[in-house]
Amino acid sequence: MDAELIAMQLFSGVALGAILIMVALGLSIIFGMLGVVNFAHGALFMVGAYAGLWVASLTGSFWWGLLIAPLAIGAFGMAIEFLLIRPLYKRSVDDPLLLTFGLGYVLVEAVRIVFGSDGIPFETPALLSGVADLGIGFFPVYRLFVVGVVAAVLVLLWLFLEKTKYGLIVRAGARDPLIMRVLGVDIGRVWLMVFGLGIGLTALGGVLAAPMRNVSPEMGALVLAEAFVVTVIGGMGSLIGAVVAGLLVGVAVSMTALFAPEMATIVMFALMALVLLVRPQGLFGRAVAGH
Amino acid sequence: MTSQSSPLPVMAAAAARPAGLVATLTAWRVPLTILALCLLPWVLPSKALAVNVLIYGLIAVGYNLLFGYTGLLSFGHAAFFGAGAYATGIAIGQFGLPWFVAVALGVVFGGALAVVIGLLSIRTRGIYFSMVTLALSQLVYYAALQASSWTGGENGLRGFTVAKISLFGVAVDFLNPVAKYYVLMIFAALALWLVSRILNSPFGAAIEAIRENETRARACGYDVERTKLLSFTLSGLICALAGTMSALHLAIVPLDTLHYHTSGMIVMMTLLGGAGSFFGPFVGALAFLLMEDVISLWTSHWQIVVGSVFILFVLFLPKGIWGTALSWRAGR
Repeated sequence: MDAELIAMQLFSGVALGAILIMVALGLSIIFGMLGVVNFAHGALFMVGAYAGLWVASLTGSFWWGLLIAPLAIGAFGMAIEFLLIRPLYKRSVDDPLLLTFGLGYVLVEAVRIVFGSDGIPFETPALLSGVADLGIGFFPVYRLFVVGVVAAVLVLLWLFLEKTKYGLIVRAGARDPLIMRVLGVDIGRVWLMVFGLGIGLTALGGVLAAPMRNVSPEMGALVLAEAFVVTVIGGMGSLIGAVVAGLLVGVAVSMTALFAPEMATIVMFALMALVLLVRPQGLFGRAVAGH
Repeated sequence: MTSQSSPLPVMAAAAARPAGLVATLTAWRVPLTILALCLLPWVLPSKALAVNVLIYGLIAVGYNLLFGYTGLLSFGHAAFFGAGAYATGIAIGQFGLPWFVAVALGVVFGGALAVVIGLLSIRTRGIYFSMVTLALSQLVYYAALQASSWTGGENGLRGFTVAKISLFGVAVDFLNPVAKYYVLMIFAALALWLVSRILNSPFGAAIEAIRENETRARACGYDVERTKLLSFTLSGLICALAGTMSALHLAIVPLDTLHYHTSGMIVMMTLLGGAGSFFGPFVGALAFLLMEDVISLWTSHWQIVVGSVFILFVLFLPKGIWGTALSWRAGR
């Protein structure tokens, strides 16, 4: 058990965490703005991976898949918000949750019909295959790329939210939608955009994850539970919480895989249970009385 | 409004009649359900379907106690269903215990798990609850996957076929589907009676008070957390009982029993039938499984149809089949 192996495993954890951040961030942004827990989030992650695969095989280039799939699925997300979720805003918070659960069910089956039930391998693009020597050890190039893309997306997202006029509207809308409406902001359009953005992020996560695992209709089910764990640990609606908890969970899983492989699938849930005991609102969550 | 005009009393009588019917249905809800269950195997296309409706109907009844009456949307009830099934299978297959001991162990084990998961998840509020119950039940799923020497891992638990059981001194051939159905029905009937009693008790009123207005229930002096936990546990116990029944019925416990998709199925059945109504869960289980049965005849992708139907129900008929029928009669 040398330092190099630990460093490599730590890095795999960061790469795993990067994917989780993409999924949890989308979940958290949508919740923070719309108050909707999207149970179809995992299914849309999976649909994103398939869309990436399809576009890549059509154009013969991974890069087109990486670019087009998140945009297309994000647009699809906007259609979902407009057609299915919008009618439910005045109802109980459970209703959008139930609806998106049903939607996830339908999406998984639709993908099975179109692409078949078996997993499909997703080739790592030639440019990004192999390993790179970083001086402290050899790291898979593709994982470095994933971490780089996620970091770039996070910076862009931060700039958007903190430095632009639209970001200001989004942040204010999350605080108090009613005041925004009084100020003449079409909050419905903001919600549409935010839902599309959240779905686009998880679809991007799906495309990025595809070369690291097989693409299969079931891949979303796992991711949904993991994203919930990350969101609960980080604190629902907190973006910084999603980032920190995503990395924490990714590293915890990969380190456990190294030292106690049989516990690897369980450790993140144990971590969540611990957080619930000590700090039920999550690490970065605000304590609220009721919903 | 008493002597003013003649049409009014007629209308009042017309309005009173359906309410009277509903009141009769409510008063006789347990015998009526049992009667319907007695007829079920002879009405449905197959005996296997009837057993499934019985088992899933019972899970939905247990789940409804929490979701429909207490207003807590759990996505983790597969854990208690699965725990009951696994504990029963292990007790029979690995310890050679008699079936009734195994059933009791299954119920106790599932109930104990419900206490633990309930304690953790009730600490969270509102929308968190659904996510936390889902995640904790996935923990149980992965734990069962890892403990393969006990649970059979991915292959599921096998090797505990119960061929014959003796019930009050009478030997029943458990391989005969009709005999099996009626034995399992006795358990379901007992559970239904229990649920009906719970709903009629002050505790039943307390959980509905929490569903309607948690803050006010707290202000009225109810210990909301304890009431929720008790409701969670009772609901888990009934799901665990259904799990033991499923284990006896199938003589195998598939690992997928514990997956949150099973929880989702329970949620869908309850909502399709009508959450918060006594007959709703059975109606929902029947509708769900009948749809599956019929649609599977011409496509293996029945889930896309069932899922779409569920989405339409959430959008347009959130009270479910039974709940909509009730409010339709009341509003006429």
